[in-house]
Amino acid sequence: MGLEVMTTAPDTGLRAWFARVRDSDVFYSFRRSPVTIAAAVVALLCMGGALFAPWIAPHNPFDMAAINLMDSFVPPVWTSQGKVMYLLGTDNQGRDVLSAILYGARISLGVGVAAVLLSMVLGVSLGLLSGYAGGRTDAVIMRIADIQLSFPAILIALLIDGVAHVVLPRGSYGSIAVYVLVFAIAISGWVQYARTVRGSTLVEKSKEYVQAARVIGRRPAAIMLHHLLPNVMGPVLVIATIHIATAIITEATLSFLGVGMPPTTPSLGTLIRIGNDFLFSGEWWVAVFPGVALVVLVLSVNLLGDWLRDALNPKLR
Amino acid sequence: MNKTRRSVGRHLAALACALAIAAAPAAAKSFRYADQGDVLSMDPYMFNEQLLLNFTGNIYEPLVGRGKNLEPVPQLATDWKQTSPTVWRFNLRKNVEFQDGTPFTADDVLFSYERARGEGSDVKLYVGEIKEIRKVNEYTVDIVTNQPFAILPHMITTWYIVSKAWCEKNGAVRPVDVRKGTENYASNHANGTGPFMLKSREPGVRTVLVANPNWWDKPEHNVTEAVFTPIGNAATRVAALISGEIDMMEPVPLQDIPRIQGSPDLKIMQGMEARTIFLGMDQKRDELLFSNVKGKNPFKDKRVRQAFYQAIDIDAIKSRIMRGTSTPTALMVAPAVNGFVPELNKRLPYDPDGARKLLADAGYPNRFELDMNCPNDRYVNDAEICQAVVGMLARIGVKVNLLAETKAIFFPKVLRRDTSFYMLGWTPASLDSHNVLLALMSTPAEGGQGQYNLGGYSNPRIDELTQKIGSENNNTKRNAMIAEAFKIHAQDIGHLPLHQQPLVWAMKKNVELVQLANNNNFLKWVVIK
Repeated sequence: MGLEVMTTAPDTGLRAWFARVRDSDVFYSFRRSPVTIAAAVVALLCMGGALFAPWIAPHNPFDMAAINLMDSFVPPVWTSQGKVMYLLGTDNQGRDVLSAILYGARISLGVGVAAVLLSMVLGVSLGLLSGYAGGRTDAVIMRIADIQLSFPAILIALLIDGVAHVVLPRGSYGSIAVYVLVFAIAISGWVQYARTVRGSTLVEKSKEYVQAARVIGRRPAAIMLHHLLPNVMGPVLVIATIHIATAIITEATLSFLGVGMPPTTPSLGTLIRIGNDFLFSGEWWVAVFPGVALVVLVLSVNLLGDWLRDALNPKLR
Repeated sequence: MNKTRRSVGRHLAALACALAIAAAPAAAKSFRYADQGDVLSMDPYMFNEQLLLNFTGNIYEPLVGRGKNLEPVPQLATDWKQTSPTVWRFNLRKNVEFQDGTPFTADDVLFSYERARGEGSDVKLYVGEIKEIRKVNEYTVDIVTNQPFAILPHMITTWYIVSKAWCEKNGAVRPVDVRKGTENYASNHANGTGPFMLKSREPGVRTVLVANPNWWDKPEHNVTEAVFTPIGNAATRVAALISGEIDMMEPVPLQDIPRIQGSPDLKIMQGMEARTIFLGMDQKRDELLFSNVKGKNPFKDKRVRQAFYQAIDIDAIKSRIMRGTSTPTALMVAPAVNGFVPELNKRLPYDPDGARKLLADAGYPNRFELDMNCPNDRYVNDAEICQAVVGMLARIGVKVNLLAETKAIFFPKVLRRDTSFYMLGWTPASLDSHNVLLALMSTPAEGGQGQYNLGGYSNPRIDELTQKIGSENNNTKRNAMIAEAFKIHAQDIGHLPLHQQPLVWAMKKNVELVQLANNNNFLKWVVIK
């Protein structure tokens, strides 16, 4: 597998590690692709902006006490009625759009990454188990996966979110909306991981090193964890990168539909939903800027994912 | 070439066919309209909400209806008179049939009375003053009131008559309780005497009415089919109207009024609705259900209520959220309602500093938290108003967790009184202040008193006045008592009144409608040119 960077680095010195990265095939293909470099820069900027939002955002859009309703619908700064303190204008409640985007991206990215991690853990474990154990376990897990694949992921996320709204004690929903979203998106995405890992596991488990591990009496759990897992992770990383983009979009969709983040702690999707009501009436900036931010974020992550897929796939090189 | 000509010929034939098909329903006028939320049930006793009563009022009829100037007009009763201070004789309209063909008689009135005041009914309020209804003969009833009750005909204009035989046959003798969220046959079927009949219903999607060919009156409308669609998203609703998918919609998002007015095919009808939007507070429980203050209820302290009141910048809400279209109010009734007192319509000033001090005096100098319940598809910009209020309260150090939900979730919850702080809007169906005193300000009791006093505000003097106002015939004395009651309520800060909202409809230019301050049952007056 072409994953020298991650798996085969016995020399743990930092300098040696950098050298390995610099000389690796992956980094070579990265250097050769200007689009990828641009995407990486943009993605890093987005993530930096999201991560450091509390320090770089001009306002705190979640602090209800700091929002002034009289400042609502201020257009962007370059228009005649713009105000310097609101670079990209304000929304219907008087929130600074730029700050709301930075904080919103924080939520969108946070939810996206957390959902992908959860999805990955779940999918990889089930895939390993399914591929290694085979038989009835395999059949049950894969049939569940098949059933789930016959629904669109967004539908499953909607379902989980809807049920959570009803089941969870009222009053608490606003504070746990984030966790519900992460869970809903994670559950809707585990199948891809499980199927990929299962396929790789089926190939790997008949190889000699696995046989050897079995002969010396290692327990199945240890074999799966220490021997199989490192060798099936390559494609998983590719899926995960692209899945982050999908998860961000799913979160935005759910929030746009009004079942995701509440309007008092908006994500990018919530911001677009709020702005959507004012598209006809000329207050375009409320929806357009969060929309652009979402497109840029998702596009850059997607481009990175595409590149990683190509770089890690020896057949395409 | 030849082939082309043949193809053209075929297209022409197809066009002719299409025209022929189109021509047939051209006489049949379809009226498609949308609201921001669905009609929650087809049973007019299930939920006392304007939209539901409005919609079912196309299918069912009251004894006394309202005309184009909101005056009481004979509907299922042809005339009525007081035979003694507490007895009213109503002569019923003859030769009226329910839509399933059974004749309408006094038995249906008696049955409807029992159904409206019985278990599960949400319209007890409208028959609460009625002690009994006596059948004189098939087409005459005597309505006996508990005490002399001058405005009885006004009071029963939204109490619709249902069919005894139909309800009994279909197991719908009792309406389902809105607070329990269940359904029965009458939730999705209807059998009234009115100008329209229910053709099909898909809850949340589409409800289709067709004109009742056997209606007793001569229709003023020229609609053969009316299709009602709830469209929750404001922008989508506007887009649907502009694209011609619907003929009329309400409420119009305030920001889109200029755009629709500028469109050559569309027009706007705007008036002031007789609805007052207000916030209510749980003043009854010893501890709020949803707050971090334990062991006591901050709303029992008038200073806290006043702090909330003075923290609200109503002018900012008017100019920013309502775009100048609302009328801020200090009273719980609109100018269109009998008993409105202009002199009392003075709000406490907006004063966040004073509010903070009031909170500190009351013993809440530090942040305290509570939940707020709000609909997001019922009133004009309801969720936005609540969100703004949350911001304003944050500035005086109260952290409010806003739950803005669709009305199908919101109403059952607040009607169960599972709320500490809520938004509600109220139009007195009788267009008289007595209804407001009875429904919103009286101490909750059986029989409809305080049925919508969801925070349990209570002042014995108001209860006493409400009782007297009900039986008072002298208008001067009556209005003086109303003024006294409103003054007490304002001094107690029983609720936090916000404003009267505009009633904004948008429609195609070829649609003629009649708009009344009570947001009337407009279908019977729709004319499509």
